[in-house]
Amino acid sequence: MTSTPPTAESEGGTVSGTWTGGLRRAWMSKLPPEKLLPDRQPAYVASWIYVFGVATLAAFLVILASGLVLAFAGPTWYHTSSLGLFTNSMHFWSVQLFFVFMVVHLWGKFWMAAWRGRRAMTWITGVVAFLASIGTAFTGYLVQTNFDSQWISFEAKDGLNAVGIGAFFNVANLGQMLLLHACLLPLVVGVIAVWHVLLVRRRGVVPPIDAMDTAVSTAPPVADAVPEARP
Amino acid sequence: MGIRYLAGVSDPATYLSWGWLSISVPNLIVIVVLIVLFVLAIVLPFPKGRDES
Repeated sequence: MTSTPPTAESEGGTVSGTWTGGLRRAWMSKLPPEKLLPDRQPAYVASWIYVFGVATLAAFLVILASGLVLAFAGPTWYHTSSLGLFTNSMHFWSVQLFFVFMVVHLWGKFWMAAWRGRRAMTWITGVVAFLASIGTAFTGYLVQTNFDSQWISFEAKDGLNAVGIGAFFNVANLGQMLLLHACLLPLVVGVIAVWHVLLVRRRGVVPPIDAMDTAVSTAPPVADAVPEARP
Repeated sequence: MGIRYLAGVSDPATYLSWGWLSISVPNLIVIVVLIVLFVLAIVLPFPKGRDES
């Protein structure tokens, strides 16, 4: 029979001064489980315009999965076999959907002024994720290992040299672009996307502008003023 | 050899021009699809969820 050893906190005494305890308390105060994994959302979330954020995430998962298969199987496979061509196309078209969903999500949030209510960092991380995604997509065009990618890389080389940033990275270097596309940039997009989602969970989904005005004029918090519905 | 494409993927795109504005048909299609999707997302009713018991 085992028992949990008593801690300073459980004995009602002083708060533990360890960094793990501090991190846990900070996490629980800012993002308790009911905020991190909510089972209810305000009624205004029941609109198609609120779907495009999670649709972007779904497309991102398909991109990661198909990209992983392409990386393992290699160019000869995805240029010659029918399954390889299919997987290559799936990777390409999930990127197209990723950007379509993200642009509609961006437009929706822009017209909602989604940076209201201390959500500036949520907006900023979304913008950075968008920019990092563009870089990831552009390096993807460079690593197709075909004549198209050769043409694009040499056009890009001239363009980047013309604006004076060609010394920092060489778009005609396939190995360098492959590492950027398959390792660094997806990691950047993934980390920022997780940060973005955690901020959405912490601050809540932004209410419509008129709902915010109602909440302000009638005093009670938005969460109490707006009827709730299951997502 | 049996495979017919709607448009040749290696062919240059068709461009439309109005004065200073010049845009390829594929880019125009993408922009129109984005705008239509955005409008539909606002206008179309969302399915009702389960009621609270």
